[in-house]
Amino acid sequence: MPRLSADQRHIVRFTLNGRAIEGQAEPRMLLTDFLRHELGFTGTHVGCEHGVCGACTIEINGVPARACLTLAVQADGANIRTVEGLAPAQGQLSVLQEAFRRHHALQCGFCTAGILMSLDNYLRKEPDPSENDLREFLSGHICRCTGYVPIVAAAMDAARRLREASSDV
Amino acid sequence: MKPARFDYIRAVDVAEAHAALAEFGNDARVLAGGQTLMPMLSMRLVRPKAVIDIMHVPTLRGIDAGGSDIRVGAGVRQAELLAWPALGEALPLLKAALPWVGHAQTRSRGTVCGSVAHADPSAEIPLCLLALDASIELSSRRGRRRVKAADFFTGMMTTARAENELIEAVHIPKMQQGAGYAFREFGRRHGDFAIVACAAIVTGTNVRFAVGGVADTPALRDFGAVDGTALADALDAFAWDLDARDDLHATARYRRELVRQMGRAVIEEARRCRG
Repeated sequence: MPRLSADQRHIVRFTLNGRAIEGQAEPRMLLTDFLRHELGFTGTHVGCEHGVCGACTIEINGVPARACLTLAVQADGANIRTVEGLAPAQGQLSVLQEAFRRHHALQCGFCTAGILMSLDNYLRKEPDPSENDLREFLSGHICRCTGYVPIVAAAMDAARRLREASSDV
Repeated sequence: MKPARFDYIRAVDVAEAHAALAEFGNDARVLAGGQTLMPMLSMRLVRPKAVIDIMHVPTLRGIDAGGSDIRVGAGVRQAELLAWPALGEALPLLKAALPWVGHAQTRSRGTVCGSVAHADPSAEIPLCLLALDASIELSSRRGRRRVKAADFFTGMMTTARAENELIEAVHIPKMQQGAGYAFREFGRRHGDFAIVACAAIVTGTNVRFAVGGVADTPALRDFGAVDGTALADALDAFAWDLDARDDLHATARYRRELVRQMGRAVIEEARRCRG
């Protein structure tokens, strides 16, 4: 049985935004710190560090999850997406990111990366959500700037544009 | 806020998990979804020498509906049970309660059995297991046993699990034909810890009622066939017997009133849902 000793660093490999990546982590290292300090992907933010605020939300094996409630060694072999993977190309924003900009769905931006990752996943599974469902889903995130109104507006707008784009095809 | 050092053991079968638990005992913590263990590690409320990850044990990952009850393995995530197509007809109470467990972003990782192991007094899953007369399957190198939910939750975040035992699964009786089930919760916001959570099961005219968030463990009472003022009296007596306490979120008096009001509503809802 694989047993990783407490005071050594161990190799962790996973797929990050479609690319194979590796780094080293002690067993106790959180995935947030591994992404930010070991790999240099600082788009994932660290807020409360106990799973309440949602700022560190990323996608692990296709579902939204708190990076701060995950050990780096648990992510070994996983498929991970972070906010750096949202933009379709350099200098170009995703439909959801564009909608956030248009609707002023952020002010300080601290919560934004986590909310984008959650919503990106949600809108793929629920392309036509009600405002109620969206608000319930967003209860997993804390934003202290916006009051959530522009975030909900941006998400509804993005959902509509994504539906239109998929029906055009 | 970072965890203290620990060895990380990735068990690939149940025997390996048992061996690690036998070796470390109370110095080990079992890691499944991590949605309560990780904060406790980060806050250093627990400082285990070893963390045993059981999510790579394939035999713990299934929902088995073949027997007289539903067996939910220790690796089954809350979101997986919620998405199980047969949930509504097999376990309507859990179908009603699971959306109240944390948030979508934590149910995606958190497990059913992890919530049982943690035994938070306001947690929804232990409350439902108590109301449904479910049992917890514990195993170790020395053997295997089943403990009824009523005997398993012994105090605040305290259970009957021995230090060398693994919670392998929970066994939840299937819905009884003709019975009605309902669940309600009151908290500050959806996804917050419950100030009061209630479950009701109505079988014929018999009323069974369970409450979480008030006492150190979820509490259950069979009211029998009660209605009208008799039901109000039964709820009032139960509310007083719960030994509610004041805390930051609500006073004891407020909680008792919630038990009376939500109790009536949830029992009426269960009556309406009788199949």
